[in-house]
Amino acid sequence: MLIRHAPDLTDNDVTDHSLYLKRRTLMAGLAGVGLAGVAAGEAQSRQAKAGLAFTKGFSTTEKPTPKDDITRYNNFYEFGVDKGDPAEKSGRFKPRPWTVRIDGACEAPRTIGIEDLIKANRLEERIYRMRCVEGWSMVIPWVGFPLKDLLTSVKPTSKAKYVAFETVMRPSEMPGQGWNTLDWPYREGLRIDEAMHPLTLMAVGLYGDVLPNQNGAPLRLVVPWKYGFKGAKSIVRISLVEKQPVTAWNKLAPREYGFYSNVNPAVDHPRWSQATERRIGEFRRRDTLPFNGYGEWVADLYRGMDLKTFY
Amino acid sequence: MASHPKGAVKKRPSKLRDNLVYALVWAACFAPVVWLAWKGYAGALGANPIEALIRQLGVWGLRLLLIGLAITPAAKILKKPRLVRFRRTIGLFAFSYIALHLVSYVGVDLFFDFKQLWKDILKRPFITLGMLGFLLLIPLAVTSTNGWVIRMGRAAWSRLHRLIYLIVPLGVAHYYLLVKADHRPPLVYGAIFALLMGWRAWEAWRVSPGSAAGTGRPARR
Repeated sequence: MLIRHAPDLTDNDVTDHSLYLKRRTLMAGLAGVGLAGVAAGEAQSRQAKAGLAFTKGFSTTEKPTPKDDITRYNNFYEFGVDKGDPAEKSGRFKPRPWTVRIDGACEAPRTIGIEDLIKANRLEERIYRMRCVEGWSMVIPWVGFPLKDLLTSVKPTSKAKYVAFETVMRPSEMPGQGWNTLDWPYREGLRIDEAMHPLTLMAVGLYGDVLPNQNGAPLRLVVPWKYGFKGAKSIVRISLVEKQPVTAWNKLAPREYGFYSNVNPAVDHPRWSQATERRIGEFRRRDTLPFNGYGEWVADLYRGMDLKTFY
Repeated sequence: MASHPKGAVKKRPSKLRDNLVYALVWAACFAPVVWLAWKGYAGALGANPIEALIRQLGVWGLRLLLIGLAITPAAKILKKPRLVRFRRTIGLFAFSYIALHLVSYVGVDLFFDFKQLWKDILKRPFITLGMLGFLLLIPLAVTSTNGWVIRMGRAAWSRLHRLIYLIVPLGVAHYYLLVKADHRPPLVYGAIFALLMGWRAWEAWRVSPGSAAGTGRPARR
């Protein structure tokens, strides 16, 4: 597709939003759903909006959930426990300026500003399914870069067996942190091979725009084959560590939220079934897929592991 | 209500006034479901309207049960004994909200997947408790008419309706067990229930003939 336009107009400016969405679904379809889609997507014109320039990346061909739903139905307990709280109560949060510390078992630890991080990495749009541990799901067009690229840049040593994520602690800007629902700051973690997997994304944007506060601005983790809570939001520190790190939900209720938390219809949450999910916008529940449908690419990471034990 | 001159016999309020108050109570009990229906119609129940609907119906059912339990204490404390005539209306509305809560879970969320429902009842403690509470509510709703009070006899009827003291904590536990991390809302309902039961215990002790504070009146709840 070749569109001629004035230098400061982007495709988004001249295209009706719904048409734009349809077209990107089509393009994602043409690009295929394999990892090879990255190369095909790159041939497409670069998208630029609100300072984010990105190419098409590995994506599902499913219809993205409307932006209104993605930005108004959130679990982000730092802003409150109701799904509407993050959209309503994140107005005072300042995601810029922002720095991230990357340290631990690596040769080149560093602290980097969010704008430099965005500039230094090649951004891609990736449309991923997101399955919440509560039994609902969305299809979300993220913009970001593989975590792998960031980790490689600090040269991990052989002692780097896990990656620990620490998120921001700002009770003055995050009203939910005034109450110990979880042990703040929120922490998450991945095994190093999970963190280095090409599907694991550091997201900085959503629907082509800069990430809204309620979705984890300015920088969040997205691991599409795991339950949504593994995707730590508003990250301030990424540490390469030798031991399995403490994670927030696992600390609160270890029997209910495992360290791995891979989407698995065969392992129920102790209090509810994980066999089905409600896709936001749909009436009937649909079956939940092992690894949220990403098994083809990630199941090998867990070969030989009993996923009922390591849930 | 107009104040009465000292010593005057209190007149029963007029029929019109009585009907008006009843209409207000009915309207108040209907308000949440009307409001929910309107929000659903307007698409204002959020991204997951089914979950919101089920949750709101359940919470309103619990609130009405607690309001029902608060009537007897309120009537005694405010010295307005005729308040108790609203207990049946409020109780039946509570039952209706909880029945709608269950119907929307079975019919909309599970889409009449009775196999899944049975599994949920057996495997999920919060559903087991909720379902048990609902089953126990049925005889109370059925026997809510004056006819049944006469047929059963006042004492037996009262004993049966004391089941509500078991049903409400089942509802609170049902709510508590489904919450992920913030247990404050179910704990608030639990605390209100404890308070209302505490008042009953204190009242029973106060009016019992053996107690120092006993007034000699027969103990009645």
